[in-house]
Amino acid sequence: MPHATASQTIGPYWHLVEDKDWADLTRFGAEGEKIVLTGTIYDGDGLPCPDACVEIWQTDPPVSDTFPGFGRSNSDANGVFRLVTVKPGPVSGRGNAQQAPHIAIWVLSRGLMKGLATRAYFQDEPLNETDPLLQSIEEPARRSTLVATPGAPGSWRFDIHLQGDRETVFLDV
Amino acid sequence: MTDPLPFRPLTAGSQPPYDVPGYRSTQRRFPRQPLHPIPHTITETTGPQFSERMFPASVDLTCNKTGQPAIGERIIVAGRITDEDGRSVPHTMVEIWQANATGRYDHPGDQHDAPLDPNFHGAGRVFTDADGFYRFLTIRPGAYPWPNHRNAWRPNHIHFSFFGPAFATRLVTQMYFPGDPLLSLDPIFNGVPDAAARDRLVAAFDLDLTEPDYALGYRFDVVLRGRAATPMED
Ligand SMILES: [Fe+2]
Repeated sequence: MPHATASQTIGPYWHLVEDKDWADLTRFGAEGEKIVLTGTIYDGDGLPCPDACVEIWQTDPPVSDTFPGFGRSNSDANGVFRLVTVKPGPVSGRGNAQQAPHIAIWVLSRGLMKGLATRAYFQDEPLNETDPLLQSIEEPARRSTLVATPGAPGSWRFDIHLQGDRETVFLDV
Repeated sequence: MTDPLPFRPLTAGSQPPYDVPGYRSTQRRFPRQPLHPIPHTITETTGPQFSERMFPASVDLTCNKTGQPAIGERIIVAGRITDEDGRSVPHTMVEIWQANATGRYDHPGDQHDAPLDPNFHGAGRVFTDADGFYRFLTIRPGAYPWPNHRNAWRPNHIHFSFFGPAFATRLVTQMYFPGDPLLSLDPIFNGVPDAAARDRLVAAFDLDLTEPDYALGYRFDVVLRGRAATPMED
């Protein structure tokens, strides 16, 4: 059987299929703790990337008529993306493990031949100490690239560094 | 609780690397650290499902901006989406976007000096049927220049986005046209190391899809990742 079709870059003009509503996962009336997940995408020169597509997927709260679980935001002229969602709770991991609350992230842009996968965890969660993925990253500085930090009330900051000294940990999904 | 069945790893050579020296924009954007391994959990083995009820399809790009017909050569693009085991991927959303017949995107960022078509936006959304087949109508996109290197031109292409059953099956790619002399010069197309994998990005002219007195048909089949045969060891 043939292997999976090859990826190609999303390019700079994916906004043709952009639906701005998709950046708000609470638009159908979801209940729960509403949060903003925002950050800046930087390239290897530390310059913001103004043409990226940031997608998120979360399995908690469960998908329903009021919560799609999936969202998409462009990065603006300053490289900033912004999504509104419901703060996830813990979800089951492999075996008997429990995973700390997290949001899966997929970054696409001009210059990326394939999407880059990562995860945003939340700094205030005690379960981070036992989360299988976080604990599999040995260097604390690298691990911290996956942890969103609190900003304004209800807002969590998650900057993404595609390359360089502060490079985000990207996952081999 | 039973562990979710993971998706199999992507095959070496069939996917492009992040670092493609001939594609200049990769050079400040590719990660220098190796990707961190992650055993698939429910986060990776599930994914968004879009219903046509909530996300209406738009399958005729030749007239979906104003209702008036766009200029250019009408074409029909159709194909089947399967997984790596040949099973169809039913009822999955496919997003498409492209330049117009002159090679210009209806997008403020595109400053290429070629005319816009007031009746062509170049975006659509289709769903596969129960057997994984999709089909849409559009205008054959033109080639366009880009600043990658001197006299660089992208081959004619249509951008595609696929979801499939899981976040792990997400795929964004481009469909090309057979016989395009620009293909051998394009660093994005040639960023895929394996020649057979590149060839599968090139649609096939298909007389059976072609409609008499209306439009040529092109077939573009797509394969999304399949599940691993047995659960991987953690
Ligand atoms: Fe393009």
